[in-house]
Amino acid sequence: MSSDVFAEGIKPGRLDQESYEAQFSDLHPPLDAHEALVAADRCYFCHDAPCITACPTDIDIPLFIRQIATGTPDAAAKTILSQNIMGGMCARVCPTETLCEEACVRELAEGKPVLIGQLQRYATDHLQEQGIHPFERGAATGKKVAVVGAGPAGLSAAHRLAMMGHDVVVHDARPKPGGLNEYGIAAYKTPDGFAQGEVDWLLKIGGITLQHDAKLGQGITLQGLRDAYDAVFLGIGLGGVNALGAEGEDKGGVTDAVDFIADLRQASDFATVPIGRDVVVIGGGMTAVDAAVQAKLLGALNVTLVYRRGRDRMNASAFEQDLAASKGVRIVTHAVPKAVHGNGAVREIEFEYVDEDMNGTGQTLRLAADQVFKAIGQTLEGDDLPELDGRKIKVDGTGRTSLDGVWAGGDCASGGDDLTVTAVAEGRDAAMDMHGVLVG
Amino acid sequence: MADLTSNFIGIKSPNPFWLASAPPTDKAYNVRRAFDAGWGGVVWKTLGLDPHVVNVNGPRYGAIYGADRRLLGLNNIELITDRPLQTNLDEIKEVKRDYPAQAMIVSLMVPCEEEPWKMILPRVEETGADGVELNFGCPHGMSERGMGSAVGQVPEYIEMVTRWVKANTRMPVIVKLTPNITDVRKPAEAAKRGGADAVSLINTINSITSVDLDLFAPEPTIDGKGAHGGYCGPAVKPIALNMVAEIARDPGLQGLPISGIGGVTTWKDAAEFLALGAGNVQVCTAAMTYGFKIVQEMISGLSDYMDSKGITSVDEIVGRAVPNVTDWNQLNLNYIAKAKIDQDLCISCGRCFAACEDTSHQAIAMSEDRTFTVIDEECVACNLCVNVCPVEDCITMEAMAPGETDPRTGKVVQPDYANWTTHPNNPAANAAE
Repeated sequence: MSSDVFAEGIKPGRLDQESYEAQFSDLHPPLDAHEALVAADRCYFCHDAPCITACPTDIDIPLFIRQIATGTPDAAAKTILSQNIMGGMCARVCPTETLCEEACVRELAEGKPVLIGQLQRYATDHLQEQGIHPFERGAATGKKVAVVGAGPAGLSAAHRLAMMGHDVVVHDARPKPGGLNEYGIAAYKTPDGFAQGEVDWLLKIGGITLQHDAKLGQGITLQGLRDAYDAVFLGIGLGGVNALGAEGEDKGGVTDAVDFIADLRQASDFATVPIGRDVVVIGGGMTAVDAAVQAKLLGALNVTLVYRRGRDRMNASAFEQDLAASKGVRIVTHAVPKAVHGNGAVREIEFEYVDEDMNGTGQTLRLAADQVFKAIGQTLEGDDLPELDGRKIKVDGTGRTSLDGVWAGGDCASGGDDLTVTAVAEGRDAAMDMHGVLVG
Repeated sequence: MADLTSNFIGIKSPNPFWLASAPPTDKAYNVRRAFDAGWGGVVWKTLGLDPHVVNVNGPRYGAIYGADRRLLGLNNIELITDRPLQTNLDEIKEVKRDYPAQAMIVSLMVPCEEEPWKMILPRVEETGADGVELNFGCPHGMSERGMGSAVGQVPEYIEMVTRWVKANTRMPVIVKLTPNITDVRKPAEAAKRGGADAVSLINTINSITSVDLDLFAPEPTIDGKGAHGGYCGPAVKPIALNMVAEIARDPGLQGLPISGIGGVTTWKDAAEFLALGAGNVQVCTAAMTYGFKIVQEMISGLSDYMDSKGITSVDEIVGRAVPNVTDWNQLNLNYIAKAKIDQDLCISCGRCFAACEDTSHQAIAMSEDRTFTVIDEECVACNLCVNVCPVEDCITMEAMAPGETDPRTGKVVQPDYANWTTHPNNPAANAAE
């Protein structure tokens, strides 16, 4: 063990180089051909399969698994990708244990579902590694569509629109496309540049132009897009981060978990990413777990994830919680942040324990902390947006907003869980509706 | 532990599990390993005349698989032993000397003339072997030379050769039958007429296991070509069981001992052959798939079964199911059953629904929450749902009691037995008077 792990403060290079590579290697190594066949043989090819119902993109799972089992993984990939153009990323990041694999009848029968996520990855990797893009553009319609946000929702919409023959311009605020796939997912879930590779592969459909460094109110406006294009799709995600509401949260060392995750993903060398010795992550979702686990992987000595409710209420799945625990993350529940202590930079963070109804108990907890990550949810940002439903853009079942010619999907839109797979489904379905309107 | 000792046509063995004449019994090394593993007997791989045959030097086997690449059927184009006759005889003698309690049968195949049989039988007798099996079944290669199944497909030849053999040896004679015929009773009758002490069946079935879709050649492929081989393994068991039963229940063949062969893989398979009239069983593909150790499961399984049934000797099982094998026209048309789904065991895969809805009688209902229930008004008790259900005993066939009304037909279930021969729809119905 390097002595650097005991050093106080936020420091890079706590581990030796080999440790970083091992720590951030693929969470689920890919199935090889033999493993895929063994896994595929377990599928019962259910009638009206529950796994399909559980999939937000309605992938015909029994069919693609049968295609793997019969030696045609590329056909399997087409089955997947025709429903979910980001089937490769979803195979890596979907919480399958609460979606398709939870619904698998073999989960009921034996407590061991068919490895649907890993089989999906096997098939999509098989096709994409050959550089094959199995879809072709339809006849040109002469229509132009603006997509705002190059995340899963936007790219899904863009691909489907391009396939239908429309010309698409995708505007994004970041220097790279991919949205949360590129900036918001733990490094060990999608190593080796998969996110960018998938976007490059997706763009092979043609007809999609990327415009970087453009966000609403900065270079482009919604009205401007509505004037210049035949239709607009908003997949802008949630750009803001909720505040803690705790005294002293502006002290040094207190930052947003999403920024930490993004910086880590963009780092060319994990050894350059600084991390505290005593890290506290506040929140209970995937972002919180991704931040906590990666803090640990970077060599933080003590990582505590603090959530205001019980574990059963955490948005992070049981699998994610167990993953965190297995990496040495301590999970504290029923505690809300009260104050950040420290002289300039955080030294300690103080919580109060609360009951199930979030009433303070008067009992407090103080944790040593030289770094605090806030992961208590993100918020929609932007002016002159379509009508909201609560804190998100109000949409109907096909993504139509209150504004004519404007659709929305993904995390920024109402309805559905904030999952990659949900965003892909919403982008796809909005695109089909837009197509109907554009050519109708 | 039940007493598994077997006495098949006077040949004693510690259990009724013999290895069939096949690649696993080609030489002393394998046979010793088999006896050490617990096999009750072996039928030594078929001996022929010198100069010995030659085998292909490419693939000899092809296979079909079930889920998880489990071997279900094997196809074989190997010929009889490709070693000199004396080498085999020396090894047979040596192994029999070292394993006196185990059965040693020698399979033979020589041309269809009396002289070669007269020559080879005394030499086999000299080894101390317990009996001979006449290979009238091998369907590939040897049959092209007028031996194997070429003999087994002509009852007159079977009878003739069997008679020669019986006239030239004191050893018990088992005649091994080919399934590549239309009515297995005819060759069995011929063997009986020729004086055979027993028949063994089935030998392998003519087969092409698969086609290489790049080469457009059957498999196994030898330099771009393939020839049909002999099919064996679990997939052939139903065919073998039927042929064994056909012989066992034939009045003219009653009492002709049968050595059952064909896909025996577990103790249960073996017990089924015994119940249908086989006095013992011979095994090959299961051993070729898993090794000789499988006999340990066969021994423990049959023993436990016998103990649980209070059966004290293997012979008590032999033929017990034969009276219940009948012709279709004797089946009770008044027997009414309905499928029943155990909701506690059901995992809601819906395969029963797909099978019934798409291919049968639309007799299973599916609710919004994926509860599957049988519609008695439609169910004809075809059993397809039972067969496709992945969970054992989840779907069962429940007989209706006499006096109940069958919701499908609206008719009261009759207590008496009535078969097709007396059914009014049968134009040839016998008058009931």
